[in-house]
Amino acid sequence: MRVAGKGLIDRNTSLSFRFDGSTYRGFAGDTLASALLANDVRMVGRSFKYHRPRGILTAGSEEPNALVTVGKGGATDPNVRATVQEVYEGLEARPQNAWPSLGFDLLSVNDLAAPFLGAGFYYKTFMWPRAFWEKVYEPAIRRAAGLGALGPVKDEDHYEKAYAFCDLLVIGAGPAGLMAALVAAKSGAQVILADEDSLMGGRLNAETLEVDGKPGSLWVAETIKALSAMENVRLMTRTTVTGAYDGGTFGALERVGHHVPDMPKGGVKETFWRIVVKRSVLAAGAIERHIAFQNNDRPGIMGAGAVRAYLNRWGVAPGKAVTVFANNDDAHRTALDMVDAGVHVAAVIDSRADAKALGDYRVIAGAMVSGSSGRKRLEAVSVQTGAGVENIMTDCLAVSGGWNPTVHMTCHMNGRPTWNADIASFVPTPGSIPGMEVAGACNGAFSTAACLSEGAAAAKASLKAMGMTIADVALPSAEDTPYAVSPLWAVPGKGRAWLDFQNDVSVKDVKQAAVENFTSVEHMKRYTTQGMATDQGKNSNVTALALLADATGRGIPETGTTTFRPPFSPVALAALGAGAQGAGFAPERKTTSHRASVGMGAPMIAVGLWYRPSYFPTAGETTWRQSCDREVGYVRKAVGVCDVSTLGKIDIQGPDAAKLLDFVYTNMFSTLKENRVRYGLMLREDGFVMDDGTTARLGPNHYVMTTTTAAAGQVMRHLEFVTQALHPEWDVRIMSVTEQWAQFAVAGPKARDLLNGLLDETLDVEAWPFMACGPVSVQGVQGRLFRISFSGEHAYELAVPSRYGDAMFRQLLAQAEAMDGGAYGMEALNVLRIEKGFITHSEIHGRISAQDIGMGRMLSQKKDFIGKTMAHRPGFLAEGREQLVGMKPVGAVKQLTAGAHIYSDGEEPVRAHDQGYVTSVAFSPTFGHYLGLGFVQNGLSRHGEVLNMVDHLRGIQTRVELCDPVFFDPEGGRTRG
Amino acid sequence: MRLRCPICGERDVREFYYQGAAVMLERPAPDAGEAAWDDYLHLRENQPGDFEELWSHDAGCGAWLKVVRNTATHEVKSADLAAGGKG
Amino acid sequence: MADLIAKTPLDGMEVKTIGRVALVEVDLGVLTSIAPFAGQAKALGGAFKAAHGFAWPAPLRATGKAGARAIWFGKDTVMLAGPEPDAALNAYAAMTLQSDAWTSVTLTGADVKAVLARVVPVDVSAAHFKRGHSARTQIQHMNGSVTRIGADSFLLMVFRSMAGTLLHDLERAMESVASRG
Repeated sequence: MRVAGKGLIDRNTSLSFRFDGSTYRGFAGDTLASALLANDVRMVGRSFKYHRPRGILTAGSEEPNALVTVGKGGATDPNVRATVQEVYEGLEARPQNAWPSLGFDLLSVNDLAAPFLGAGFYYKTFMWPRAFWEKVYEPAIRRAAGLGALGPVKDEDHYEKAYAFCDLLVIGAGPAGLMAALVAAKSGAQVILADEDSLMGGRLNAETLEVDGKPGSLWVAETIKALSAMENVRLMTRTTVTGAYDGGTFGALERVGHHVPDMPKGGVKETFWRIVVKRSVLAAGAIERHIAFQNNDRPGIMGAGAVRAYLNRWGVAPGKAVTVFANNDDAHRTALDMVDAGVHVAAVIDSRADAKALGDYRVIAGAMVSGSSGRKRLEAVSVQTGAGVENIMTDCLAVSGGWNPTVHMTCHMNGRPTWNADIASFVPTPGSIPGMEVAGACNGAFSTAACLSEGAAAAKASLKAMGMTIADVALPSAEDTPYAVSPLWAVPGKGRAWLDFQNDVSVKDVKQAAVENFTSVEHMKRYTTQGMATDQGKNSNVTALALLADATGRGIPETGTTTFRPPFSPVALAALGAGAQGAGFAPERKTTSHRASVGMGAPMIAVGLWYRPSYFPTAGETTWRQSCDREVGYVRKAVGVCDVSTLGKIDIQGPDAAKLLDFVYTNMFSTLKENRVRYGLMLREDGFVMDDGTTARLGPNHYVMTTTTAAAGQVMRHLEFVTQALHPEWDVRIMSVTEQWAQFAVAGPKARDLLNGLLDETLDVEAWPFMACGPVSVQGVQGRLFRISFSGEHAYELAVPSRYGDAMFRQLLAQAEAMDGGAYGMEALNVLRIEKGFITHSEIHGRISAQDIGMGRMLSQKKDFIGKTMAHRPGFLAEGREQLVGMKPVGAVKQLTAGAHIYSDGEEPVRAHDQGYVTSVAFSPTFGHYLGLGFVQNGLSRHGEVLNMVDHLRGIQTRVELCDPVFFDPEGGRTRG
Repeated sequence: MRLRCPICGERDVREFYYQGAAVMLERPAPDAGEAAWDDYLHLRENQPGDFEELWSHDAGCGAWLKVVRNTATHEVKSADLAAGGKG
Repeated sequence: MADLIAKTPLDGMEVKTIGRVALVEVDLGVLTSIAPFAGQAKALGGAFKAAHGFAWPAPLRATGKAGARAIWFGKDTVMLAGPEPDAALNAYAAMTLQSDAWTSVTLTGADVKAVLARVVPVDVSAAHFKRGHSARTQIQHMNGSVTRIGADSFLLMVFRSMAGTLLHDLERAMESVASRG
């Protein structure tokens, strides 16, 4: 019911929205909750466990009951709090936990079964019989579980992340936060003021209190106007600071598009901010707590502060006859405001014997509400007085058990709050978050004057710590009413009295946990589910632990709190994962031949961040194997071209360049002649193989190292470590040049002929033996040529500056095709290298030594190098090491599979009999059968032995003969020829 | 968490690569013996509190840093170039 | 035979203007990374100034102007962008050709800082990042270089192979900022 003349809504802008299939109207400035209350909708959902009818409890982000689902399809947002969702034209919201309908819900039978579903029922009930778990219990639990549901299709909405920086972050824009921001801003600090509400002002917009002699909401509006005019201030509305992290970093979630009817192009739903600050002020306010009594969860029973917030902020009276039940003076304001607005106040029931009316309403002192009645909405409450039980007809009960300071953020870095008996609640422990001051209601200071002065003081302390001059800002005058409260957690009596509305935890459950010895507050939480789910017990935790303290005979401080962890309120995974989906997931590195390769229909596969062509299909080919076999044939019979730019290339210069290479490689590079290339093996300091590759000497003090694609980053970091940290005295400079050069392998018997048709000068056979390198000119462009081979054929790698890469690839391809060759992709490259027994990171997987791959001779005796000492550790030389071997099928089954294991004849293929494993396989068109590489115990000396390859996953068993890993041209005549 | 790179200033921890204990700077002589190498490569105290560790400013200037960090509170006490000096 | 045709990383992309920010691929000319040898930093600075007419940049700074800039590019490294490096510098530093290794774009306009706030994790506000300031940092998930070259103008560089991702990430950020009006 709307109340004329009240509220900060825009009554000239009427909006239409739908809830649970019906159309309603609200005003600009309404939340879904205020608009539903204005339309006299009381029941908005059902509880999670017992499916009890529930209404709106609060007016803020702590709401446990009024969770709705907004939107359709992939853009479905479940668990939206109706108290936070702003109404816009066309908003569609649906209730949750109700099927088939909100009014008639099948699972409400759970409520009748409640005696069997108490604390710990999961643990007790589903233990037996064992066979019931998969067939009965789990399917049933899965159907019932879950709070809301996501849409069935991909969410096309955009979310994003962003960074912000400031001197002072003020969290919360109530009187304390506004005052802190004002003082800091006027002193010249860079200030960010963040508030989760769409309208700043906090409780000043929800009360009828005055500041500086004018209505609080007016003072708020003027202060915001002043702040927004200052260049050093950034006001962030709809922004919840969700977590405090190390080093002055805060997470904050801005709701950008949830109140926008039509999302503009490129617009985002939410922005997740990382805010880096020098200092912070927490002015997060307080949350009102409930009082437990029988059936205290009926729609129409609300927080006292929330009831007058709906009246003062939104012009809505949540009932026609309002009753207040409280243990403190503050709640009497609800009665006063209602009376002022002309709403009937049935009574104020105050548990304190000395409570007095503060205005024109009836007070029942020393009394408690002991029960409620009504179907799906409140109709009456029963009041236990000294004289007996009185029934009061009422459709809205405003309950206040006092206020709990919002201490959550101060606990995000392991801080624990301190019990303050004066306000019967916890307050932050000073110094819990480095650099954070706490001010106002979240610090236990509840009067407006105290909030304003604490806000100013927090700003001054922050400015002082930053060494800034403090501007003189006058404190506005405001009420300074003392906060008088007398603890009341639960009304004694039978029946279920609810604590955690979201998880349907009752007073009895907490007591039961204590009886069963779950007396630690953390154990009680897990046993009863108290304080879980989206509200994390914001309304009920303090009450629950007070009752646990009572049940265990300990004090509240000794009982302590559970751990408050980030986020303060729920953050969608879509926001946390923003910028890391689809094309934004990781950088896509593309070679200069990418476009040409895609144009040829090559499927591109991810290799680390790079994309490389798998194979190049031609007309008539129906499987990848056909393409691959043809491409292998190019290289073995004519000439093939392959982009190898993705291999890491590192430029090494300086007088000590050779010294560095001798230290990081197992073999010698100081002895390498200019214009020559050498294969090098690199170990980790623990002796295992790190990487391999070729390094060319371009000049006396100038080398260029090649790494594998996979380890390029790791090797670069390793070289930086050696030169910066282990040997800073060496005069050597290293620089990645991977991206500067587009490099192409030209491999096959016709490789030299092909190059001679392209290079500006014919290759001199004498000057270009195997492992030669040097500068070349290609159509006037300066390039580099390396005579190296990863295929076992006569081959070169030609490097040109990347700008020419696309053109160079197309020309190489045209030449190759004219010579009966063509492009080859990763599949063919892999076949070619397996035929030659060349290793990749499939083999050098981090658990093998140089000796294991038959490269023990590459461990130089003449010098120290990284990994040398450990390369000779006894374990590496021990009998039974798994060593690199080749494998070929010799039985009826011809298939080899990577990942399969090797067993001896006649032994059961189980782990205890494991002899080794297969690392790489390929079907070799050259040999007409599969080839494999792998590691087998003592493999180097077992060539010729026949063993069993067993692939347990794919169900394949193949007889294999061990052999030398170099299947093709073991003498190397083709490479050198 | 943030680290103050002696070259780039304070940066988010995402810009840095974590290596491990700073003992890696004290590489034993090749003939130092098994115990010294075992110690260097494998044995770590792993006590809560101040810990000397190595980070690389991978996404920044590329400097290797020696950082003293309290592993219980994440407080960063100092961050210097691994090579010493100010860069 | 036809001469090899050169392509820029973004293949001559047209200027992209979204909202109040314009994204332009720029050709910085010759790029040479210069890393002084041990003990030569000071001499190199002098020789550089004498040869190229502008100062050797301190860490986190860029010197020169459009057409000839020296951008600090990491520990003990500067990227000379524009002219061929003077041969005299060879005596003091390792010189490495990088002209084809980087994608270079400028981002200019009234909302440029809001766009950068979505991809760059450092404070680029005028108080902390003035014209001539430069940082090696992340651009979304890429390691890159960010230099302020004007009041509302920044030079961004990432590896050549990541040109497409840079374009994607900047366009997303530009669209988001533009959508806020």
